[in-house]
Amino acid sequence: MGILDKHQVLEKNASLLLAGSFLVVTIGGAVEIAPLFYLENTIEKVEGMRPYTPLELTGRDIYVREGCYVCHSQMIRPMRDEVERYGHYSLAAESMYDHPFQWGSKRTGPDLARVGGRYSDEWHVDHLTDPQSVVPVSVMPKYGFLANRHIDAEHIGDRLSTDALVGVPYTDDMIAQGAADFAAQADPDADTDGLLERYPGAVVSNFDGQPGITEMDALIAYLQVLGTLVDFSTFQPDASR
Amino acid sequence: MSRKPVKVKADPETTGHVWDGIQEFNNPLPRWWLWALYLTIIWGIGYVIAYPAWPLISGATPGLLGYSTRANVAKEIQRFEDANAPVEAKLVAADLPAIATDPELANFAKNAGGAVFRTRCAPCHGAGGAGARGYPNLLDNDWLWGGTMEDIHQTVSHGIRNTTDPDARYSQMPAFGEFLEPEEIDAVVNYVLAISGQDHDAGLAEAGAVVFADNCAACHGEDGTGDREQGAPNLTDAIWLYGGDPATLTETVTKARFGVMPAWAGRLSESDIRAVTAYVHGQGGGE
Repeated sequence: MGILDKHQVLEKNASLLLAGSFLVVTIGGAVEIAPLFYLENTIEKVEGMRPYTPLELTGRDIYVREGCYVCHSQMIRPMRDEVERYGHYSLAAESMYDHPFQWGSKRTGPDLARVGGRYSDEWHVDHLTDPQSVVPVSVMPKYGFLANRHIDAEHIGDRLSTDALVGVPYTDDMIAQGAADFAAQADPDADTDGLLERYPGAVVSNFDGQPGITEMDALIAYLQVLGTLVDFSTFQPDASR
Repeated sequence: MSRKPVKVKADPETTGHVWDGIQEFNNPLPRWWLWALYLTIIWGIGYVIAYPAWPLISGATPGLLGYSTRANVAKEIQRFEDANAPVEAKLVAADLPAIATDPELANFAKNAGGAVFRTRCAPCHGAGGAGARGYPNLLDNDWLWGGTMEDIHQTVSHGIRNTTDPDARYSQMPAFGEFLEPEEIDAVVNYVLAISGQDHDAGLAEAGAVVFADNCAACHGEDGTGDREQGAPNLTDAIWLYGGDPATLTETVTKARFGVMPAWAGRLSESDIRAVTAYVHGQGGGE
């Protein structure tokens, strides 16, 4: 009973027990979690991934604010039925700039990981304003108020630098041009050379079809980019998972 | 309720711990529990040998069974592709109009195309294809861009007025609110009401006929029956995409409409596109 006697020291000293428990959990965590940060195959190398544009990022914040993730996942699982319905299964690289990710497992509505480009902007406006007007059986609530809420890019620089702080590769140039890019993406008549150079493949459109930039513009800009960035013609799946 | 008395050994062994005069028994764990614990440990060891488990420098240990979720899904998809390969090859090789007359192809296209339609097309065009305000009804024979197999195939492949496909069908109605006076718009709306057989103001419609001839006839035709080359709708029938009442017509003339359909060529295989083309063509309005 020698070891049990020694264990009494731990059991009778709360601080020591706390320190000891922490040590044990740390070892477990380090073994399970730490390798994921440096393993070469955790996040595959893919062509085409870029950080969200300022407008898309704003739309993403609205997506999170409105709790869209409560009913919609963004994770196409590697199963035939999901791949047939939604498209190529999701890759880790596709959510590497998401803080926090929107994977989810609750699907009251369909998965949105590849909803980008699947419907027209006008459809998204109709559908967000009155989902039942286009999908009669839908139980989704109405989000038409987003079209009345005008937004500006006052804090977009801070927003980008916050993401840069946690590892999203926003350059100083991107942060400095944040407000200009924010406005340019929602204006088809704007000079978008800089925007497209910084964010290749960004879709420029007056998303909500009305003057000014609203939360509806931002949210649709975000929805239209989902799952569209990775170039799957150059993607070789690593089979070891 | 009577409970069995708990059997207590006459002189149970204790751990020797005493706190405030309370002693702790040192009874053995139930045997079934202990064996279950040992079995899970053995099973766990077997599992990490057989399946991907330990993270190493460049990747996790692959496991002796070579299990891979991605390989499994690829295999599963390949199994169905192989099963459909002969009929799909035949579908892709066939002349578009001949698909409906070949019983095998027609049957396959109806089912495969129906599945594609319900997954990809139904959100806009409705589960049954009857459309919604702003999204055309595909069951009738009133086609904006044409209703032959070739026309539908072109529309499904490249879409309409999207920015992603250079071959997308394109036309743009001007927003006449910028060019016409409100009175002229009112007049031309009454003219459209007249040619579509609805209640209208005859005087305004007469003035509207001139406005129509000057501004609208180039696309919608002198008689207002539309032009499929430009996706300009027939204005003389009772079928309206956005609505044929005076208020909606005024809005349409003032602000114009710009319906967009995505291109499906990059997302669907040619066989899927042909199947859904045949499915839509066979819904009643095919030409």
